[in-house]
Amino acid sequence: MKKTKKKPDAAALNSVLVRRPIQRMAPIFVLPTFFAFIIGFLYPFVKGIYLSFCTFTTPRDAEFIGFGNYIKAFQDASFLHAFWYTALFAIVSIVTINVLAFFIAYILTQEIFGANLFRTVFFMPNLIGGIVLGYIWSMIFDGILRYYDTYLLAKTSYGFWGLLILMCWQQIGYMMIIYIAGIQGIPEDMLEAAKIDGATKWQTLWKVTIPNLMPSITICVFLTLTNSFKLFDQNLALTGGMPVAFQPDGTIINTTEMLALNIYKTFYTGAGTRGIAQAKTVLFFILVAILALAQLRATRSKEVQQ
Amino acid sequence: MKKKIALLLTMAMSLSLLAGCGGKEDKGSVYYLNFKPEADAAWQELAKTYTEQTGVEVKVVTAASGTYTETLTAEMGKSSAPTLFQCGNAQGLETWGDYCLDLRNTPFYNEMTTDEFNLKGENGEVLAVGYCYEAFGLITNTELLAKAGYTLADITDFASLKAVVEDITARSAELGFSAFTSAGLDGSSSWRFSGHLANMPLYYEFRDDNVTSQPATITGAYLDYYKNIWDLYINNATCAPSELAAKTGDEAEAEFGNGQAVFYQNGTWEYTNLTTTFGMNPDNLAMIPIYCGVDGEAASALCCGTENCWAVNKKASEADVQATLDFMKWVVSSDEGTTMMAEQFGPIPFNSAKESENVFFTDANQYIADGNYVVTWAFNHTPNVDAWRATVVSALLQYSANGGSWDDVETAFVKGWESQYAAEHN
Repeated sequence: MKKTKKKPDAAALNSVLVRRPIQRMAPIFVLPTFFAFIIGFLYPFVKGIYLSFCTFTTPRDAEFIGFGNYIKAFQDASFLHAFWYTALFAIVSIVTINVLAFFIAYILTQEIFGANLFRTVFFMPNLIGGIVLGYIWSMIFDGILRYYDTYLLAKTSYGFWGLLILMCWQQIGYMMIIYIAGIQGIPEDMLEAAKIDGATKWQTLWKVTIPNLMPSITICVFLTLTNSFKLFDQNLALTGGMPVAFQPDGTIINTTEMLALNIYKTFYTGAGTRGIAQAKTVLFFILVAILALAQLRATRSKEVQQ
Repeated sequence: MKKKIALLLTMAMSLSLLAGCGGKEDKGSVYYLNFKPEADAAWQELAKTYTEQTGVEVKVVTAASGTYTETLTAEMGKSSAPTLFQCGNAQGLETWGDYCLDLRNTPFYNEMTTDEFNLKGENGEVLAVGYCYEAFGLITNTELLAKAGYTLADITDFASLKAVVEDITARSAELGFSAFTSAGLDGSSSWRFSGHLANMPLYYEFRDDNVTSQPATITGAYLDYYKNIWDLYINNATCAPSELAAKTGDEAEAEFGNGQAVFYQNGTWEYTNLTTTFGMNPDNLAMIPIYCGVDGEAASALCCGTENCWAVNKKASEADVQATLDFMKWVVSSDEGTTMMAEQFGPIPFNSAKESENVFFTDANQYIADGNYVVTWAFNHTPNVDAWRATVVSALLQYSANGGSWDDVETAFVKGWESQYAAEHN
C-alpha cells in the first residue's frame, strides 16, 4: 500500500469514506456520557418528580399520595416568604454585581498600571467555597457590628445586606473576566470610527461598547440570576435563616432564609415533610427554568451582529 | 475467539461475585453507621477484632461531623442499608421509628442494667437503647474557687451559687479571673444553652405534668428559673453580654482551661480535652448541678441522659439483623468491647461495664448514691430540634445583646415548640 500524506481539506472530511468509520464509532464516544447523563441526571430528575407526589422517609419506601405535598407547599408561609425574599435578593444582586463588574472591567481594560495584577486579585474570591466564605464574613460583620453594640443576626436587613456584600465580593471578579473578554472583543475600527466621528467617551460607551457587549451581558445576567436563585451555602453559613419572626397564626418564618435553604430545612424536619420538600423542589425547578428562559430571550433580542 | 474468552471471563467473574454473596448470606453482616467522628478509629479496630474472631464482616462508616441525618438518609435508601444506626431523640424516632426493631428480650437487651436511657414506642417497644450516658452540669475549677475563698460545700442551691458568683465578679480584677466562661451564642456554643440549659425548665415542667413522650405544647412554667441562671451567666462572665453573638465554644473551653473562669457549663465529654489539651489536674475538677432556683433543688443530681442510642434496622435481612444483635452483645460484654467503650464513652449501662477514670462520672454517680434525684434529659423531646433551638438562640441573643425583652424568649420557647411540633408532624 502506498502511503500518501495529504492535508485534509473540507471536502475530504465530508467524504463518506472518512465519515463512515467515525459515524460507526460514534456510540463509543457518546454512550458513556449518555448513560452517565441518564444515571446522574435524568433518572434522579424523574424520580424526584415522582417522589414529590409521595410520602417517604427514604426513596425505597415511597408511598403515592397525589397532590397533597403541593397543597401543603403552597400553604407554607415560610416558603412564600423565602420566594419573595429570594426574588428581592436576585433583583438587587443582579444589578449590583453586573454594574460593579462592568465598571471594574471597563477600568481594567483602559491602559492602567498593574491591570493584570488587579484582574487576578479581583478574580480570586471566586476560588473560595461558599461555606467558608459565609463563616469568614459572619466573623467580619460581627467584628465590625460589635462597635455599634449589635450583631449580624439582630435584624433581617443586616442579613440581607451582609449576604449581598458577600455575593458581590465573590462574584464580581468572575463576571468581570467575562466583561473584559467582551470588551476586548469589540473591533478596534468601530471604536476608531466613533472617535473620528467625534463621539464623546460617554457616547462611545453607550452607543458602541454596551451594544457590542450584549452577549456578555446575557451570560452574566443569566449566571447571576441563577446563582441568586439557587444560592445555598453562603445563606446557610452566613445567617442560617436567622432571625426568626412569629406569624400571628403561630408559625415561624426564618426571615433571611432563601428558597434552597427553605427546601433543605423542610426536608430534614420530620418523616412527613420530605415529600413536601420534594414538591417545593419541583416548583423551584419550574420557577428557575421559566425565569432563565425568559431572561435569555429578553437579552438575546438586544444582541447585535458585528 | 477473543469474544469467547471474554465471555468466559465475565461468567467466571459474575460467578465468583455470586459465590461471595452466598458466603455472606450464611452468617449475615453488620453495617454500623457511626455518629461520633472522634470514636471512628476505635470502632474500626473493634470491628476488625470481631471479624477476626468470628468471621462475620463488620463495616463501620462514620458520618462527617454534623451530617449524620443526611448520611443516614442517603445510606438508608440503598439496598445495603446500615443494620445498626443512631436514633437519639424524639425527632429521630419520629423520622426513623418505622425502621427500628423492637429490642426487648434480645440477649443484648438483657445485658442492660437500666431502661432509663432507652427510647420507647407507643406500646412500650424498645426502639433505641442508650448505650452510654453522659452528664452535664457546672464544671468547676476547685483550685480557683479556693483562691476566691470558697469550697464546693458553700454552693448548695441557686441563692448560694449566686452569692459566690457575684462575690467573685465584684473582686474579679483583684482575683484575676471571672466566675463564668463566656456564654457564647455562636453555633459552636449555643447548644449548651438552647439545648442543655433549656433542659432545666423543661425537666421540671415535664416532671410536674408527668410528661413521658413528646408533648405537642409546653407551658414554660419554669422559664423564670431559666432567666435566673441565664442572667447570672451573662452578667458574671469573661465578656460583656453584647459580645455573645460571636463567642464560640472553643473560646469558652479555652477560658476555662486557662484558668480565666471558675465555672463552665458543659458535660462529661469535656474531661479528656480539659485534662490533656489544657493539662488541668483532675483533682481540681468537679461537676456540680446547675442550680436555678427551683424549690428543693438542693437535692438534685447532675443532668444525666444520652442522645447516643442504637437502633437496629428491621428492614435489613434476617441474617443481618441477627449478626448485628450478636455484634452488639459482644461489644457490651466482651473484654475488648467493654474496654473500648469505657475509653471512648465512659460508663455504659451494661452488666460487664468497665470503670472509667473520668472524675465527672464519679461526681455524677456520687450525687445519685447520695440519694439525689437525677435531672433527666427532657430536651430529647424537642420537636424539630435544630429549628427550635435556633429560634431560642435568636431570642436569647436579642435579649442579651440587643436590649430585647425576655417575653420574646418565652415566645420562642413556648410558641416555638408548638410551631415546630406542628411542622414535624405535618
